[in-house]
Amino acid sequence: MKFDTIIIGGGLSGLTCAISLSKKGQKCAVISAGQSALHFCSGSFDLLGYSNGSLVNEPLKAIASLPETHPYSLLGADRVASLTASVKPFFSEMGITFHGDESRNHFRITPMGGLKPTWLTLSDFTPIETADSLPWKKAAILNVSGFLDFHTAFIADGLEKFGVECSISAFSLPETDRIRKNPSEMRSSNLARIFEEEETLRKLVPIVNERGKDADIVILPSVFGLFSSRSMELLKSLTSVPICLLPAIPPSVPGIRVQYIIREYFRHLGGIYTLGDTVASGKFNGDVLKSISTVNQGDIELKADNFVLASGSFFSHGLAAQYKCVYEPIFNLDVVADADRSSWCDSNFFESQPYMSYGVATDADFHAKLGGKSIRNLYVAGSVLSGFNPVKESCGAGVSILTALHVADLIAKK
Amino acid sequence: MKKQRFNISKNNFEQCIKCTVCTVYCPVSAVNPNYPGPKQAGPDGERLRLKKRYFFDESLKYCMNCKRCEVACPSNVRIGDIIQSARINYGPKNPKVRDIILANTDIVGTMSSAFAPIVNATVALKPVKAVMDGVLKIDHHRTFPKYSSQKFETWFKKYAMAEQVNFSKHVSYFHGCYVNYNFPQLGKDLVKIMNAIGYGVHLLDHEKCCGVALISNGLINQAKRQAENNMSAVRKSVIDNNMPVIATSSTCTFTMRDEYPHLLEIDNSDVRSSIELATRFIYRLIDSGEAKLAFRPDFKARIAYHTPCHMEKLGWGIYSTALLQMIPGIDFTILDSNCCGIAGTYGFKKENYATSQAVGAPLFRQIESLHPDFVATDCETCKWQIEMSTSAKVLNPISIIADALDVEATRKLN
Repeated sequence: MKFDTIIIGGGLSGLTCAISLSKKGQKCAVISAGQSALHFCSGSFDLLGYSNGSLVNEPLKAIASLPETHPYSLLGADRVASLTASVKPFFSEMGITFHGDESRNHFRITPMGGLKPTWLTLSDFTPIETADSLPWKKAAILNVSGFLDFHTAFIADGLEKFGVECSISAFSLPETDRIRKNPSEMRSSNLARIFEEEETLRKLVPIVNERGKDADIVILPSVFGLFSSRSMELLKSLTSVPICLLPAIPPSVPGIRVQYIIREYFRHLGGIYTLGDTVASGKFNGDVLKSISTVNQGDIELKADNFVLASGSFFSHGLAAQYKCVYEPIFNLDVVADADRSSWCDSNFFESQPYMSYGVATDADFHAKLGGKSIRNLYVAGSVLSGFNPVKESCGAGVSILTALHVADLIAKK
Repeated sequence: MKKQRFNISKNNFEQCIKCTVCTVYCPVSAVNPNYPGPKQAGPDGERLRLKKRYFFDESLKYCMNCKRCEVACPSNVRIGDIIQSARINYGPKNPKVRDIILANTDIVGTMSSAFAPIVNATVALKPVKAVMDGVLKIDHHRTFPKYSSQKFETWFKKYAMAEQVNFSKHVSYFHGCYVNYNFPQLGKDLVKIMNAIGYGVHLLDHEKCCGVALISNGLINQAKRQAENNMSAVRKSVIDNNMPVIATSSTCTFTMRDEYPHLLEIDNSDVRSSIELATRFIYRLIDSGEAKLAFRPDFKARIAYHTPCHMEKLGWGIYSTALLQMIPGIDFTILDSNCCGIAGTYGFKKENYATSQAVGAPLFRQIESLHPDFVATDCETCKWQIEMSTSAKVLNPISIIADALDVEATRKLN
């Protein structure tokens, strides 16, 4: 089976690359080994929140301060600027709209009631302008009775540090009590399914209005909108108090939604998307990857002119570790990682963990390297790349999206 | 201190990192709160069951064995296998009369074919349905698949077998119960296509039902006997006679390839790769230039393809859809990836009927909104469910290709 480009990995980076190439007329296939890390999404995409441990206000201006091995440094500040400008239109075409832009970070509220810098926040979430204050005096935090993945006391503690007076209460509906029968399955995705029904959603209106009548804001867990932001938009339009959604413990409803929308958009463009299949090996001819074999497709090889490795980091098994080494499990590509196991981790959990910045080594054009040599038609994008720390730098989504778009351009221009 | 005797699992539940992605994609968890969900029923419960078998939970019977949890799992945990193995190892050993009747597709099929007109008319009668519902707990909403007066094997031996030796290349056909007892036309369609591309088709030496219904209804010893029988028939074909085995049912194929080793502990590794779906077999021939298909210019149809759950697990939807898309006169849509809800005999049971229809609802809605001429799918029970629950007519891709095929032109090309 022959394609123009095969993308290994079906998360944010892989699908962004695949959609971009499909729009340029390429026939693409995405091979995904399972659902992606988008299921842990906060509702916001970060570009660059911290550099060398300090807060970044203007991410584009901070690119120059990054080490030269950082994917943003490989792209260059100008390229990062031009790519970031294309991201909002790219997603809005699919129906995903955001607050915020790249000229200046705004802030998102964390599940602990803290503030973190970010780039784009999904339109049904609430962007905060400053790092040290919230625009409310009184907040009513509402949870669904029995929902264990939303930690209201932590949120109240966090918000009170910004001088917000909080009240906490829970509510239940017959529909939410029905799924409460099974506490282990009372998850945000199953709650979101209930609220897809407009009739159920409307039952929330009097509850929000009543509990929030003395508050400036009602805070709810993000259990709305599995497939679109429509249910949240409707709820906001019907209530008299503003609503702010905060992320719950994964699986993340906004992340599931983004995954669903971009996958369906790719399929709508004619792309082939296979889930639950693992790439087992590749056939090389010198510095060219000719074909790949997968567990499910067996003897039928998948051929393409170009390949993109967007297989994710350790969570998605794009990277793996044995006792003695960190490695890339499909092709055994060159990786950037410490050889000495004792230097993989810092014993202080809250410090920057070295293993977080391990990844596949590339040349300046994002070609993967095997035995020190660049593979001419195998590109690398997203969190499998080396040289950045998505947690400490708050740059995971930015690296995923920008490198994917860049690689797609490189392939299309060949 | 009492030692835990069996503390190493044969399956890979230890790989589960508790991300809960499986719950998001479990069709049952979404609609039936009595089901503990794939994570709890699978890896979490396994941890406990290994300690003490009384941790086995009767509600595991609500699992449809669709394997969507496995397809979604980012850590490659065989969640569905863990659940089904637990049912086999710890579940009740004495199946109900109803389950024995539903599971024995071979015996019931043979008897019903002999009296097809009477059986078909009888099971459609309201009083009979009421008795089956009341006494046997087979839901009265269900439409039973019609039995054919002439079995496929009878037709084949009478009209087709003799000429098969005239071909230079040969395959064996695992027709399955549905083709043999309910819908011989699908088998005839396969013979038509294979003959046109120069392949003789042969029956296996005493094929028996693949056993999928026996496994799901707890008749494990019988399932093992039938599996051993089928594997020796397959070995005779593949190893002794050098004829690969093709099938037209995604579930039969999946059961023989993957459920035999994973659930019945029957080693099929020597012949597993020679058991496959006809669409994949034909696609491979076309892709490698060894066969060509010519289609009638006047064939026109609007077709929507439904990917059966076991086809998602096999990852082979790409072959059936690629073949269908070769027909010039079709307008083709791939439906969203949703379970139809029937899961073999599951949906026939009174206690599962509501769950079954709720699971299928999104698929039914999409089909009705598209109103295609046909829905194409590779699974016979999906066909029954979709035909019962929507206004659409459902055909196997092989039947559509056979209908669109220009037999004479194809013969000349091959």
